[in-house]
Amino acid sequence: MLAQRAAQQSLRRLAASQPSMLSQMAFKNTLKPLAIGSSTQARPISTQKLTPTDSYEILVAQRKNRPSSPHFTIYRPQITWLNSIMHRATGAVLSGGFYVFGAAYLVSPLFGWHLDSATMAAAFGSWPVLAKVLAKFAVAMPFTFHSFNGIRHLVWDMGRQFTNQQVIRTGWITVGVAAVSALGLAVFV
Amino acid sequence: MASLRATSRLFTAARPAFRQSIRSFASVSDTAKGGAVPPSKTSTIKEPTHDPEAKIKTFHIYRWNPDEPTSKPRMQSYTLDLNKTGPMMLDALIRIKNEVDPTLTFRRSCREGICGSCAMNIDGVNTLACLCRIPTDTKQESKIYPLPHTYVVKDIVPDLTQFYKQYKSIKPYLQNSTPPPNGKEYLQSKEERKKLDGLYECILCACCSTSCPSYWWNSEEYLGPAVLMQSYRWLADSRDTKNEERKSQLDNSMSLYRCHTILNCSRTCPKGLNPGLAIAEIKKEMAF
Repeated sequence: MLAQRAAQQSLRRLAASQPSMLSQMAFKNTLKPLAIGSSTQARPISTQKLTPTDSYEILVAQRKNRPSSPHFTIYRPQITWLNSIMHRATGAVLSGGFYVFGAAYLVSPLFGWHLDSATMAAAFGSWPVLAKVLAKFAVAMPFTFHSFNGIRHLVWDMGRQFTNQQVIRTGWITVGVAAVSALGLAVFV
Repeated sequence: MASLRATSRLFTAARPAFRQSIRSFASVSDTAKGGAVPPSKTSTIKEPTHDPEAKIKTFHIYRWNPDEPTSKPRMQSYTLDLNKTGPMMLDALIRIKNEVDPTLTFRRSCREGICGSCAMNIDGVNTLACLCRIPTDTKQESKIYPLPHTYVVKDIVPDLTQFYKQYKSIKPYLQNSTPPPNGKEYLQSKEERKKLDGLYECILCACCSTSCPSYWWNSEEYLGPAVLMQSYRWLADSRDTKNEERKSQLDNSMSLYRCHTILNCSRTCPKGLNPGLAIAEIKKEMAF
């Protein structure tokens, strides 16, 4: 390897300093490839030259075909983003439910619906106990979760509880506290 | 490799003379024609047998070829013996490319988590393939996808043009209109320098940005965690005097405030940095 390099270099230097001598000599044809190093290798692929505009057009054409890689269907379920999507969903359910009930209450006299508190309480009181608890839990859980996770967001806004361990811990604490308090509301209230 | 190539060049020059002399010696022996094949005396290579110790693991890898634009992306499965593979996911990918399927395309360079080329989604989490150990549990099959919600150039190579454009848009360089007080350089105290720790180490692998659901839906306008952390790196720099310009650039509903503190970014960062905290610090600076 080193010897070859040395031979190449000396031959190159010789060729540069005395080109006339090289041309006279017979070894021009035999040793020149050795001096230059045979750079012609067979390539399995062929290339073609493109102007910048041509290659840009190819790029634009290819960009039209590029698929978008899969995202939430393949991302591992983690407490970080699951709590976030639950926060948004419970917020939508709570505010949506509030608006729907409010609007229904507003138009109930027009349609003869009985949505006043006394009628509702009487209707609810006739349900079996299990259904009562489940219904109350279904309403209470979004409320407690959204409230406690909201506190978590306020803490974050102060720049605290940002390490991975803290985020995971507060996330599970939120879920636990929300579930327990929702159960308490469903059973005792 | 380079040395091999060079020596082969040396031999090509000398080969013709060699070859003829060898040919004159090599001839087909008459005994072989007669039917009696002598038992091989050279076979030290055994037939491949089933290795009971083999730890065969299956890898499912996302494939898409731009040369066949009408075909849909698909998952292709490869099996490797973990005993013969290096410990990291990148080792497995390189081995698949070298020994099983040379058409598999992925980016890689430094193999030690400093270049950020091999960022991809491995087993559902964005990380650098070179820093991700192959789970030794062979019953669990590994899945490898490109970074989520990116345009795929080929296989697991994503198009990060938009990401780099956004990085450029925050002017990621020192801006200071006054000349340095000592005429040579802007000096920092140790405390001021310490503020940059945990920010400057970012290698822009885009793992965090492409793990952020908010960035998935709004990557056109929302800057994403990686770029925002770099934005904060220059906001926090005591030598930079364009804080107000930098902040006013972020003061709209999309650039910064699409961050909903989901914190997938900090969870996934292969360098252990905390983009979520940096964004919270920007929000604090903007508020007070």
